Amino acid sequence: MAVNTLTIDGKEIAIEAGKTILDAAKEAGVPIPTLCHMEGVHDVGACRLCIVEAEGTPKLLPACVTAATEGMVIHTQTEKLQNYRRMTVELIFAEGNHVCSICVANGNCELQDVAVDVGMDHSRFSYRFPDRGCDLSHSQFGIDHNRCIMCTRCVRVCDEVEGAHVWDVGSRGPDCFIVAGLDQPWGEVDACTSCGKCVDACPTGAIFHKGETTGEKEGDRGKMAFLTTAREKQEWTR
Amino acid sequence: MDLTELRAVAQKEKDRQRPTRIHCCTSTGCRAASATEVYNNLKAAVKAQECGDRLEVVSVGCMGFCGQGPLVQVDPDNHLYGQVKPQEAESIVTATLGEGRTEAEQLDPEQPFFAYQTPVVRKHSGKVNPESIEEYIAVGGYESLYKVVHDMTPAEVVAEVSNSGLRGRGGGGYPTGLKWATVAKMPEGQKYIICNGDEGDPGAFMDRSVLESDPHLVLEGMAIAGYAVGADHGYVYVRAEYPLAISRLQKAIKQAKRYGLMGSQIFDSPFDFKVDIRIGAGAFVCGEETALIQSIEGARGNPVPRPPYPAQKGLYDCPTLINNVESFANIAHIIGEGAEAYASIGTENSKGTKIFALTGNIRNNGLIEVPMGITLRTIVEEMGGGVPDGEVKAVQTGGPSGGCIPKDLLDTPVDYDSLKAVGSMMGSGGMVVMDQNTNMVEIAHFYMEFCREETCGKCVPCRTGTVQLHSLLTKLLKGQATATDLEQLKQLSYMVQETSLCGLGMSAPNPVLSTLRYFPEEYTSLLVQPAYLNGHAAEPAITATAKG
Repeated sequence: MAVNTLTIDGKEIAIEAGKTILDAAKEAGVPIPTLCHMEGVHDVGACRLCIVEAEGTPKLLPACVTAATEGMVIHTQTEKLQNYRRMTVELIFAEGNHVCSICVANGNCELQDVAVDVGMDHSRFSYRFPDRGCDLSHSQFGIDHNRCIMCTRCVRVCDEVEGAHVWDVGSRGPDCFIVAGLDQPWGEVDACTSCGKCVDACPTGAIFHKGETTGEKEGDRGKMAFLTTAREKQEWTR
Repeated sequence: MDLTELRAVAQKEKDRQRPTRIHCCTSTGCRAASATEVYNNLKAAVKAQECGDRLEVVSVGCMGFCGQGPLVQVDPDNHLYGQVKPQEAESIVTATLGEGRTEAEQLDPEQPFFAYQTPVVRKHSGKVNPESIEEYIAVGGYESLYKVVHDMTPAEVVAEVSNSGLRGRGGGGYPTGLKWATVAKMPEGQKYIICNGDEGDPGAFMDRSVLESDPHLVLEGMAIAGYAVGADHGYVYVRAEYPLAISRLQKAIKQAKRYGLMGSQIFDSPFDFKVDIRIGAGAFVCGEETALIQSIEGARGNPVPRPPYPAQKGLYDCPTLINNVESFANIAHIIGEGAEAYASIGTENSKGTKIFALTGNIRNNGLIEVPMGITLRTIVEEMGGGVPDGEVKAVQTGGPSGGCIPKDLLDTPVDYDSLKAVGSMMGSGGMVVMDQNTNMVEIAHFYMEFCREETCGKCVPCRTGTVQLHSLLTKLLKGQATATDLEQLKQLSYMVQETSLCGLGMSAPNPVLSTLRYFPEEYTSLLVQPAYLNGHAAEPAITATAKG
């Protein structure tokens, strides 16, 4: 097996060919913030939080979808990157209605964690306070579109791990939303197996178990990675 | 079909054609100005005057001078009539026969608008009937395809295209030959050719005109590309807003199949090539190559990260060559006339010609095909005839991805690198001229609104960044923005440019940044002092980035 060696924030690391910069950073113990990335499903490079700088490349590279190549010298925490990441998180907060104090995911929210990581204490962009609605038609789960950050993890989990493809993205641009079935109420989508993987995959409190109140949602985010490894390598213990 | 048969078709068509031809443009632009009625009246007049043996009326594609439509041109006299009214049709026929005078407005076919042009792609545009393959064959059509299939190896074709110096006409300017070579070098197996006709820039209509006026030229270019890279299947992706282009393409494909110029064993060789049409559903972002591929596959038209590039892994995960309509339309000429002849047009790094849609506050609106390296001043002041009242303030090139070039830089030569150096880009060929009454902040606001509506919504900077940029520009125009807002506008522009996933987001802030660069006073004059400052200077909201 071919191996590439590269440097990430001064740490030298050897990694199998075909792995991404994000994989290499994880192995080197260098934290890179992510939101749309989730082990177990394919990467889409949508949240742009994992952007890094590579010496000799003028472009910023999304670590989750860029292959780690021989001799790369990667910087993950330059001033510019920190600044852009903070702006990205601010843009996300300004886009939806993210009110931690009344959210089911408070204390167990990846968006909240990332905000803390990048040092975002308030948004400099004007809040848009959208009115996106809430779908509570499913018997066990609910989706509050106001808390959705369009990471599409639920879409990918449902399609790639569960194989049901209940979710997809509807509309375009700022009007984008996670659509159930053929733009039906979630509860009426026959394809839904009520497996709850989307609830676990959701980084925020957008998809939740009914009956949960503030700070009660505890998503099992390792589940998808466990399931895919289990299926591929027949390792059924966690 | 072999070469003798092809030439026999050409000869037969030449024999059929009448010595005098009245060309009537029936493309979208002229059609909107009732060209169909003009055409019908011309036909009726020829019939009524029983001169069908000497004279024929031909429905043709775009002649370029779209602002003067409907256009009628007479060969061989080369009389050009503009803004022809349906009731003037009869007198044009009479005048052509030398039996009377016409009231129709006669235009000078030698005026600068035409004189500065170098028609390569548009050589037959406005001369041949786009719905007749025979007319295309009569002017030498499909001879280049015969030449490559019988006399050249695929590698020679790629080398010829590389030597021509042709660069992607969709706007990026990537060397076409290099792209072809990459796809050709991929392992044998299923490969695809895609022709990108999802033209969507405001004010741009070059590809529509090429597809409507000379569809066979594009098909021939695609077939040559198929032979060069080893692909047997092509797709033309056209936006649904171009119904005439779609119907003419459909007709062209049918005709080419009937003559054995498309399909199996083209020119009795082992080379197969078929073309299908895919119609876009109205998303601007589908002009981005990876989104376009997703759309052809039937998926949501979202861009996906590159690499892998389509040349390696494109449509249905197969190596895919994707070029713009105008790029393909250059190919037959390059093969026919040779790479050297083509490379003799243009500048050191930008060869050949480029079609521009010249629009805005300018006397002569329309399509022009000019050699690379011509200055903006020649285009705007001489060909375009300048601004009707007043003077040029700026020229916008490259659509929502481009920038505004101020009048002081009008001597900039039109080529990929020079336009980039002044903060704009070649783009697909939109060229909007603005006069002194134009508010540049409003222009930036207009383009940002366009990008905000057209972003696919996949990546955060483009989806939410364009919304914030748009609202900051709105705030400015309302006279409510402070220096802090302006600084935020700048910083966010850099951020969206540098962190977006695809070309749409990366270039969305360009109209803002280029107007900020050349017309900063228009922004600062709109600023107000925030009330709480009591006259003290504001601190920048966001600390400067490396780029700032």
